[in-house]
This record gives sequence, structure tokens and C-alpha cells, in this order.
Amino acid sequence: MSQFETVIGLEVHLQLSTKTKIFCSCANQYGCPPNTNVCPVCLGLPGSLPVLNHQALLYGITAGLALNAQINPFIKFDRKNYYYPDLPKGYQISQYDYPVAKDGFLKIKSGGQEKRIGIKRAHLEEDAGKLVHDNMFGCSLVDYNRTGTPLIEIVTEPDLRSPQEAYDYLNTLKLTLQYLGVSDCDMEKGSLRCDANVSIRPIGQSALGTKTELKNMNSFRAVKMALEYEVRRHEQTITSGGKIFQETLLWNDEKAMTITMRSKEQAHDYRYFPDPDLVPFAIDQSVIEQVRKQLPELPQDKFLRFLSQYGLSEYDANMLVADRGIADFFEAAVKEYPHAKKIANWMAGPVLMELNDRKISINELKITPQGLVALIARVEEGLVSNLAGKDVLTAMLNGGKTADEIIKDKGLAQVSDDSALFEIIDEVIAQNPTVVEQIKSGKPQAAGFLVGQAMKKSGGRANPKKLNELITRRIADV
Amino acid sequence: MNLHSLTAHALMDLYKSGKASPKEAYEDVLNRIKAVEPKVKAYVRLVSQQPDYSGEFQIPIAVKDILCVKGEEITCASHILKGFHPPYDAGIIEKIKKSGGTILGIANMDEFAFGSSCESSCYGPSYNPWDLACVPGGSSGGSAAAVAALEATWALGSDTGGSIRQPASFCGIVGLKPTYGRVSRYGLIAFASSLDQVGPLTRDVRDCALLMNIISGYDERDSTSVNRPVPDYTKALVNDVKGLKIGIPKEAFADGLDAEVRRSLENAVDLLKKLGGVVHEVSLPHTPYAVATYYIVATAEASSNLARFDGVRYGLRARPAGLRKNALVDMYEETRAKGFGDEAKRRIMLGTYVLSSGYYDAYYLRAQKVRTLIKNDLDEVFKKCDVILTPTCPTVAFKVGEKISDPLSMYLSDIYTIPANLAGIPSISIPCGFSKSGLPIGLQLMGKAFDEEMLLRISYTYEQNTQWHLKKPNL
Repeated sequence: MSQFETVIGLEVHLQLSTKTKIFCSCANQYGCPPNTNVCPVCLGLPGSLPVLNHQALLYGITAGLALNAQINPFIKFDRKNYYYPDLPKGYQISQYDYPVAKDGFLKIKSGGQEKRIGIKRAHLEEDAGKLVHDNMFGCSLVDYNRTGTPLIEIVTEPDLRSPQEAYDYLNTLKLTLQYLGVSDCDMEKGSLRCDANVSIRPIGQSALGTKTELKNMNSFRAVKMALEYEVRRHEQTITSGGKIFQETLLWNDEKAMTITMRSKEQAHDYRYFPDPDLVPFAIDQSVIEQVRKQLPELPQDKFLRFLSQYGLSEYDANMLVADRGIADFFEAAVKEYPHAKKIANWMAGPVLMELNDRKISINELKITPQGLVALIARVEEGLVSNLAGKDVLTAMLNGGKTADEIIKDKGLAQVSDDSALFEIIDEVIAQNPTVVEQIKSGKPQAAGFLVGQAMKKSGGRANPKKLNELITRRIADV
Repeated sequence: MNLHSLTAHALMDLYKSGKASPKEAYEDVLNRIKAVEPKVKAYVRLVSQQPDYSGEFQIPIAVKDILCVKGEEITCASHILKGFHPPYDAGIIEKIKKSGGTILGIANMDEFAFGSSCESSCYGPSYNPWDLACVPGGSSGGSAAAVAALEATWALGSDTGGSIRQPASFCGIVGLKPTYGRVSRYGLIAFASSLDQVGPLTRDVRDCALLMNIISGYDERDSTSVNRPVPDYTKALVNDVKGLKIGIPKEAFADGLDAEVRRSLENAVDLLKKLGGVVHEVSLPHTPYAVATYYIVATAEASSNLARFDGVRYGLRARPAGLRKNALVDMYEETRAKGFGDEAKRRIMLGTYVLSSGYYDAYYLRAQKVRTLIKNDLDEVFKKCDVILTPTCPTVAFKVGEKISDPLSMYLSDIYTIPANLAGIPSISIPCGFSKSGLPIGLQLMGKAFDEEMLLRISYTYEQNTQWHLKKPNL
């Protein structure tokens, strides 16, 4: 057991999914050819001026409210001054002393325990462009398409006590913001980025140890790994009599280690001051209340409701809630066909599997809740077997046909007619005399094998329940 | 007919009666430019675009080298912006073009509007048409010189601490700095964003009102522009000041004011009294701090506004030989070292310093507080006065080279004009006399926010009862 306690705080940058950029009317769009989605404003051309996109502000308020934070009714932007080629104005428009939201919290579940993680602040700012280092020409190129994309930076209190908690916080935060619809939180596209501050202190000590800041983690897994690495480094350094220096480190995923980027002495003086191009203004309490009213049900509330309202298992409820689209699809299906548990089984099982196989989201699925319910009903009626039902689902997703059409086309309707089934059963009994003997000598479970064989012969169309019943009867008769 | 020497409203009358055409006016001004420009050097370049003789106001106009005109080279008279051709028109350039105004050329200025003499231009100085050994003032010195030398009928300038009014005063013309937010700043290359306003430089007050009618108004691309209706400013041109209350701050007539300037101003005040104006002595106790406050706020904003000139996207890019720190930092440093002149560097350093961690509260924050006090002083006076009257400048135009190595004395040239920028209120300079040496003297009026009409009315009345504005320089 370690004698140290780990203290972690996270800074998460999220791109807001507004239609246009935060200070100009360029589309907020990922993946355009370099430097095509730009204008004089986001390029910071001389004479151009920023104008705040109110949707970005509303999204900021939405996120703030969902994080149980206080919304600052005084909206003000500041300039953060530094030089880098991806920053066309030589300053970033951000919020310094009046963040849009402050003093909130997010409840997470970690190691089976619920915990509140304090949210220190959340502020709005503009994203920078992207540098592309071109080795062939030995130069760096800049793509300004991303410049001016609205960001919200969410900063936690130093409340996280382990890399695992940090990981769980990130997942909860991501899910919450996805539910709000304010960000797609896609780390691969760079719409979610995370920096971490970490320090350790002897257990029982209240003063914080010297922290290091970690950057350049490209996945939640990388955040966790970088933190684990860094905690280990801190412990080893301190226990061997060394000292941790305050510095910024880059995580190298390939080498799985951190590398010094800059020391505290090299830290920038950003010379923050109020941006004179953007006039501060007050937002009305009624605007905030309006946003509050429109907040969707958040994942944790939905999870609890799914348990109580539909009697789902925690496992199923978790699976469904992990994606707002899936949860909505589930509830739409339940409205059509009031067998929540059955639908949950199908959703958490075959449907999720299809989504994973196809690497698509539920909205891209060629099936409606009504369509899925029609299939489930056929299976429940016994018209098709469970197994065949899964094939029908696959076919539905491929072709866009209804369950009934596919069942008819493929002749998948189960055979329940006694005389047709007896023909098959007699054949199977004749071919497997030893199994028949086993059943007769008091091992009725061996009948399962015969059912399987009979199913095979029927091309999966036999009703297994009926088969079992008939086989047992036949053997008893013989 | 000397069309180049006429006011815009006189030209419009001739157009209407068919006695002259916009094309004739334009060509006459071009000929005038050919004749006197080598002496005055008001322009950094003439535009290549052919004029379009449609639209309501077809007036030949000079544009300060700080307003974006699509396709033209716009440089703020700085090496660092050489070769920059804005891909868009400034908000007010759109309006000028829409009104049919003919842009003649791009007027000289102090580099990035940093100066009061036009001497810090990378193109070399412009000269005062009244005495070519003197400066035309600045920073809109080229604009003022062009109008005074009859090389343009109208000119556009920008005013951050007096950059329209001081050169208007030095060149014997009318210059107005509108209320902050009255005119769009979109496309005005920023010096100090919270102080900058674009405004007209014209030969008389009626022309000033006409040009204000064109350039005023809300622009949704400028968050600091104010959405309120634009009056017809020519309606304010009433020859009557009876009962209007004119405040004279005692601080403005303290030491340091040139004796000739003082005498002219006293005569002007006497005339306004005679015409029925009611004069009150007032006090603006915090104005002695205005210059210091201004040089903190303005340089702080400028240091940030000029950060974008880094050699990465447009303008000058130095290619340093060898490696000092790293390729990027070397390029930044050498580009900015070569691109900016001394005054620009001085102000960037000042501004960077006052915003630095540990100094912000002592300088920038305190300056903003003093700014509020200065504004409060003015608000207090405007409770009982319609306008405040002062000299525009403590002196007449000084000699080229006289103050260039003494920045502090140069800064004091703006002592009367700066408070209006700090408070965001409108202010006008009109001619009110000449020194014995034949140099113009200017009178400044400051008004309540968005009350340009009051300034125009009093200026118009004064002008109607004097002849100063009719005098032309011998060139």
C-alpha cells in the first residue's frame, strides 16, 4: 500500500457543435480542405472584428447548468496574448476573470462508489488552427480551418484521487455533454482534448505537493496511462530523496513516458486584458432559466428511471443509457410494444452488436423502433426462432425491408406442424440410437442434442419448443 | 473653373445645374495632384481603379492608409504591412463606394497612427501646405494635407487621441471625431480598439455633415458600433447659437498654451458670445492625467493589436541567416525588428510592460479607473453645458524634425484632444485664425455622446460669421 495520496485535476477542452464559428459566420465544420473554411475574421486579417455567436454562449450556459454550476450573468471576453503560427491574431479570445460558469460539480461512479467532482470553472474561448509539420519540404504548414471553432474549457477542482477516477470522470463528462447535444466529444477528431495536473502528498497531509502538468494525451486510455506513469515517477522520485519540479510534460504514447516541454520559469505571461472589441454585457436571468428548462434528462437520471420504470437490470440500463440515441430508440420501441425487458435484451444484445460490427451510430441504422418491435413480436409469437430472428435483423439492416417481408422471402417461418416435424424426428432418432438409450436410461437432458440435430435438418425453421415436446413423446412411445 | 478648390456641396450644386460633371471634377483634382503632390506628399499612392460615375455623391476622396480598400495595397505606413492587399472593403469604404464617392488615393499617416506629425511614416513625411517646412500634424496628416492642398475634396481619417482633429487644426480645415460607436470600425486597422473612430476631414462644416451622413450608422460586424438611427446632419446646420451653453475649462487655458493660439481662441469665444452663446467657466480636474492615462490604455491595446504582424500570413517576412534561438522565433524577431519603426517599437514595449503580470493593476487597471474619472468630469460639465470649447492644440504646426527625437513633447501635442477619445464623446476641430507666420489655428468643441449635431450647429454658426475657412494656401 502506497504511503502517498494522488491528487489530480483535469482541464478538458470541448469543441461546441454550433453551426458557425464563435466570432464569425464560417461554418463550424471538420474535414474541409486546408484553409478553405476561413474568412477575414477567423484569419485575423487587419481591420477585422469578432462578433459573438450567441449559440456558443447558450451552449456554454447549457453545459454550465448540467455541471450544476453558477452561471455568470456578466459576459466578458479577454485576450490571452502569445505568439504561435496557428494563432492568427497573436492572441486568443478567452474568458479570464468572468468564466461563463463556476463552482459546479459532476457526480461520477468509480469503483462502485459515487463521488462528487468539483468543477472550478468553465469558460468559452476560440480554438486555434493546426500546424502540419511537413518533413518532405522541411517546413511547417498551417491550416486555419479550425481557427475560431468555439471551445468550452472545463476545469475541475483537484478532487480526483486516482488515474482510474480521472478516467471515470472523463467518461461521465463526455456522456453528459453528448446528452446535452453541445459537443460530439470525439477525441479522434480533436473535439475533446484533455490536460491533467497531478501531484502526490503523504497520506494525511493537507497541503498539496508540487504538481506537473501533462499534455498531448490522445485518448482517455492515454490520460490514464500518462497519469499512472507520472504518479509512479513522483513516488519514485520522492521516496528516493529527489524533488519534483513544477513543469509541463508531454505524453509520448509510443514510448509510454512523459517528456519535459517547459519548466515553470519558461511559463508564458499571457498578459490577459479585456478584449475591447467585444463589449461586456449582462444576460437576463430569464435566458438562463429558459436554457435550464430545455435541459434534457441527464444520463444518471435516465439510468435510475430505467431501473425503476422498466425494471431493467443495471447491466441493461447501463448499456442503453451509454448512448442517448440508443436510450431514445429504446423508449420509442417500448411505446409501441410494452415489453421493456425483451426490447432491452434485443437492444443490449444483437442491436448493439450490429452497431459495433458496422461501426455506425443508432441514427444511421436502417431500422425504426416500430420495425424492431415488429420483429421481436414475431419471435415472441413463435413464428421465427430467436436464432432466425437475429438473421432477420441483419437482413433488415442490409436491405431496409420489414421483418415480415424477410420472413416470407426466406421462408423462415417456423414449422410447428406435428406430422412434418415427426418425419424429421423419426429420422434423427433412427440415426442416434445411443442418445436415445441415454434418454431412456434417465438422462432427459440428452434430448437437447436431438433437438439440435432436428433443427439443423429443418433448416432452422422448426419450433424448438415443439421439437423438444415431440421428441420426448416419441421416445417415450417407442 | 477650379473644381479642385471647391467644397463638395458646391460641386454637387454644379453637377445638379449641369455646369460641371463628376468626371471633370475628378480629372481636375488629379491635375492638381500632379501639380502640387511632389511638394506636399500627401499620398502614399494613387489608386489604380477607374472611378465609377454613378451614385448620389460623386466626390473625389482621399482615404487614410489604415482603412481596408479591397484590392489596394494598405500598409498603415509600415514596412511590416508592405504588400498587404485586403480581400475586403471596410464598412465605411463600402458606404463610400455605394454613395458614388471616388477614391483618389491612399493618404500618408504616422506608422500605425502612432504620432502627431506624419513623420513616422515608412514612406517619409508629408508636408504642411501652409508652410512646407512644417508638419501637417498626425496621424491623419496625409488626409489633412490632401484636403488643405486641394488635392482631395474630402478625406477620411481615424482618430485615437486626436489624429483627425490635430492635423485638421494644423492644416486649417474641419475634422470631426464621431462618438465611439457612431461609425463602423470594421476594416479600420486597429491601433487602440477602445479609442479608435473613423471620421471626416473636409473644407467646411457643411461638407463635414454631408460626409457624416454617408459614413455613420450601425454595422453588425462591429460589436462596438451602436444601433441607433442616423439623423440628417445637414439639418443641424443652423446659423444660431443663441442661448447655447458653452463650457470653457479653466485647465485648458493654463500654462503651455501658445500666446497666439490663446488670442485666437479668446477672439472666437468673444464672437460666439456676441452671437448669443452663453459662456461658462468650468473645470475638468482630472484632465491633467489624460495624456498619461491615454499612453497606458492606448499602448496596451496597441501591443496586442499589433501582435498579428508576425510574418506568418501577410506583409513582410524576414528570412534570418543562421540560427539564433529557433527558426520560428528568429523569424518573428527579425520580421518585427525590420518591419516596425522606432515609435511603433516604443509603443509595443510600453504596452507590453503595462499589461505584464505584476504590473497590470498598477498601470492598466489604474489607467482605466482614471479614464472613468475623466469621463465623469465631462459628464458633470455636460449637465450644464451643451459643448466644451478648447484649443485643438497648444501650438500651431511645428517644424519637420523639431520634435521627432523628443517623443514626450510630441505626445503633449494631443493634450486637448485625448479626453474626447477616453470618454468616447464626439469632438470637432474648426479653423479659428492664423498665426503671424501664417499657420492655421484650430478650435475644438466636445459634445455629449451622439450629439454631433450640436457640434455641427455651433461650428456652422461660427463658420458663417468668419472667413478663416475660405483662405487657401499658396502652393
